[in-house]
Amino acid sequence: MPEHSLKPLTPLGHESPETVTLGPVTIAEVVDIALASLAVRAGRGGDVATAARKAGIALPPPGHAAAGDPWSAFWMGPEMWMITAPCSTHEDIVAALKPIFGDAASLTEQTDAWARFRVTGRDLPRLFERLCGADLDRASGGQAIRTTIEHLGAFLLVREDGAIDVLSARSSAASLHHAIIAAAKSVF
Amino acid sequence: MIINHPLLGPRDAQEFVYLGDARLIGRPDGMDEGAAQAFHDHVFLRDNPAGEHRELWFHEQGDRSWLVVTRNTVTHEITKVELARDVARALGRSK
Repeated sequence: MPEHSLKPLTPLGHESPETVTLGPVTIAEVVDIALASLAVRAGRGGDVATAARKAGIALPPPGHAAAGDPWSAFWMGPEMWMITAPCSTHEDIVAALKPIFGDAASLTEQTDAWARFRVTGRDLPRLFERLCGADLDRASGGQAIRTTIEHLGAFLLVREDGAIDVLSARSSAASLHHAIIAAAKSVF
Repeated sequence: MIINHPLLGPRDAQEFVYLGDARLIGRPDGMDEGAAQAFHDHVFLRDNPAGEHRELWFHEQGDRSWLVVTRNTVTHEITKVELARDVARALGRSK
């Protein structure tokens, strides 16, 4: 094995996650969650549902997210979910999921493809209505909404505690971060 | 325009891209006799109705599903939205 001394960088390009507070809103980079997409192979929906139930992975219905320990998941499309787990214990997330689903599903490592910002504070719908078309006033927690922010595809995960996690392409993390901050400055 | 997505509920049409006539689902069999003519018709010939039209829309800024939307081209009223997958399977397609 070669000796590596590579320094991991956050999606915003720093050594440690960045947190910005503007008025009542805090926007924090989240880097400790591993991601893998799960796509059901043709005709194997039943096998995937059984395997997930056995492993304690809740696969939520369309437009929703399900939080669990260690596995959480959110719906991405028909017969497709994103599975998440803490990076500290499941950094190699596909290796952990592969034995569970075998050849019933296609699993793809996604951890480093996404940037995740956790937005906390009050009146978050006022902030996000300036960024996207998602109807957050009707979201009470547990929703996973795929939408567009500043022309970037993004997921909004509405958490039970009212915070909203925004996931978008890591390569445009700075643009998304700028958009959220600009909207927050104009609202608060 | 609002498209009432069968899985996700009402969504703004800006989230979707338009492909065209839903008859594109019925791709001819290239091994059939007269396949050349069938493909010519499939690729080039379209009706241009003033009224009800079944068309394919892709939810690009959403769940990436293909939909068959029945829309009145005169009034833009949308009367039916189905998953293209279900439409194709009803036609006997398995893939």
